[in-house]
Amino acid sequence: MVEMLALEGRWNSRAADKAGRLASIAFARNGKILDAGHIVEVLERLIRPGDRVCVEGDNQKQADFLSRSLAAVDPERVHDVHLVLSVLGRPEHIDLFERGIARKVDFSFSGPQSLRLAQLVEDGRVEIGAIHTYLELFGRYFVDLTPNVALVAADSADAAGNLYTGANTEETPTVVEATAFRNGIVIAQVNEITGVLPRVDIPGSWVDAVVVADRPYAIEPLFTRDPAEIDDVAILMAMLAIRGVYEPHRVRRLNHGIGFDTAAIELILPTFGESLGLRGEICTHWALNPHPTLIPAIESGWVESIHCFGGELGMERYIAARSDVFFTGPDGSLRSNRALAQTAGLYATDLFIGSTLQLDRDANSSTATRGRIAGFGGAPNMGSDPHGRRHASAAWLALARGEDGIARGRKIVVQLVETFRASGVPTFVERLDAADMVGKAGFAIAPVMIYGDDVTHVVTEEGVAYLYRAANVDDRRAALAAIAGVTPVGMERRQERTTALRAAGVVAFPEDLGVRRGDARRSLLAATSMADLVRWSDGLYDPPARFRSW
Amino acid sequence: MQRIVVERSGGVPVTKRAHVGAVASGNLEVLCEPPAEARATIVVSTSVDGFEPVWRATLERFLERYPIAAAIEINDFGATPAMVSLRLEQALELAR
Repeated sequence: MVEMLALEGRWNSRAADKAGRLASIAFARNGKILDAGHIVEVLERLIRPGDRVCVEGDNQKQADFLSRSLAAVDPERVHDVHLVLSVLGRPEHIDLFERGIARKVDFSFSGPQSLRLAQLVEDGRVEIGAIHTYLELFGRYFVDLTPNVALVAADSADAAGNLYTGANTEETPTVVEATAFRNGIVIAQVNEITGVLPRVDIPGSWVDAVVVADRPYAIEPLFTRDPAEIDDVAILMAMLAIRGVYEPHRVRRLNHGIGFDTAAIELILPTFGESLGLRGEICTHWALNPHPTLIPAIESGWVESIHCFGGELGMERYIAARSDVFFTGPDGSLRSNRALAQTAGLYATDLFIGSTLQLDRDANSSTATRGRIAGFGGAPNMGSDPHGRRHASAAWLALARGEDGIARGRKIVVQLVETFRASGVPTFVERLDAADMVGKAGFAIAPVMIYGDDVTHVVTEEGVAYLYRAANVDDRRAALAAIAGVTPVGMERRQERTTALRAAGVVAFPEDLGVRRGDARRSLLAATSMADLVRWSDGLYDPPARFRSW
Repeated sequence: MQRIVVERSGGVPVTKRAHVGAVASGNLEVLCEPPAEARATIVVSTSVDGFEPVWRATLERFLERYPIAAAIEINDFGATPAMVSLRLEQALELAR
């Protein structure tokens, strides 16, 4: 008997530790329900110095009541925390480091806090483990970055701790599973506690306590782009992407990064795409956030299915009414598990297209620019060729390489960029700012978003470079220079070389693709305003107030 | 405010007047007219200083691609080179 107990102590220390920690917060816990008034004290008792803590910060949904509470703990009691989370996007996430509560972070994206994060690095107040792609970080939650404590967010809970995440599933199931099944502690903030949940997204037995937040969790409509802001250049590039990439490669399964350029593609499918007879031939299956700008294409019968990484404010009623297209529960609302959508984007789509801030002459791409550490989110995952893929499709085989019967296809990875961004800043640069970050703040490698050898196509207003067709590095660089405009990279272009590359199909200008620049007009957009999108949706899309002029 | 002039002799004259674009942030207007003599003259007034080499490269590439004779006036409010090239091409399409 004594032997048995010793054995249990040796092999079940994590369970014992968890029981001890939970006992320390019994004063504030009634069943699964935590008293919100004691939340700071609860966190001070639960979290030990050096713990790995996940404060759910997703691309959209934020456990902001819990992150604000964590930032209010006494740094004498809670310090040297190792923060693990997808998006370091809240001001209080940065406060954690400034107050000495957290010391190290592993994350994917820092969006709105990219400037403050760069400053923390400069001041030596944060140690960055690595900037991951989402799936990579999730993978590490189950290997060497499992949280001791997870602070997550859901729409509602019942008394048994079952959680309903509504349309914004995002990271919650992944974070909770990693933590709960390794004897970590899971605390969920909810907007309300109700008797009967619309559906159960997280079983109550995985959740240690729920607390009603002081206000509904924070969320931003990150994937909404107002068609009124799409200019003729974006429309020209959209025409080139369709004629130069989607149509010849028959791209049916795809992901779009967010931006006005990809929104322009979505909005000319029912017009330009229709005139080319491409409905049903391209863009039928998507791994995509619920982009409001895709509504006209959905309503015109272009889209068979969309699996989402997260929800989008205002799209709830529209999605519920289009359950043939979206993945919805029996209650009608979206289920949007990011880990599964990222897996879909990695393995089951044939094309990723997105923008970036800098491209070098080898097409390496980065969003880290001087004084800003923004991270990447899902782009490196979607924008890479998965070597583990073993199923074929026409689009994948269109880029086949190899011989002797062992040919395999390739993911189409497109960078869609204007040669210059606003304010005269060139997109094409001789050296990425990211290359200068190696060695600083523990960056073992440059924060490259998409490596050049994964980029198969680059589309600019000047034309399309088919990098995968280039015979060698010299041709690849010349092809990129041919469409890089008057940037430092583009000034290297030589007339004869460009002519030869056009003849070889490595470079295509608009006239080679049958695209007339003069046709790039806003009249080609299926919707030119937010009001148009609402009309297309039969009044089911309800844009957030900031996007409404009426 | 900066003024930039690019000239090139010879070329096929445009036959009509054209006006495209708008005076708005990130945009520009292009006025294109048949020339008095057989040369292309592009006069740029831009609200953003310090980008003369980018302007010259953009306009010279335009005149290389389209060897025209025309009197062109550009009023710019911070448009990207992509937008400048596109508006010039749109104007040319109407003026030829």
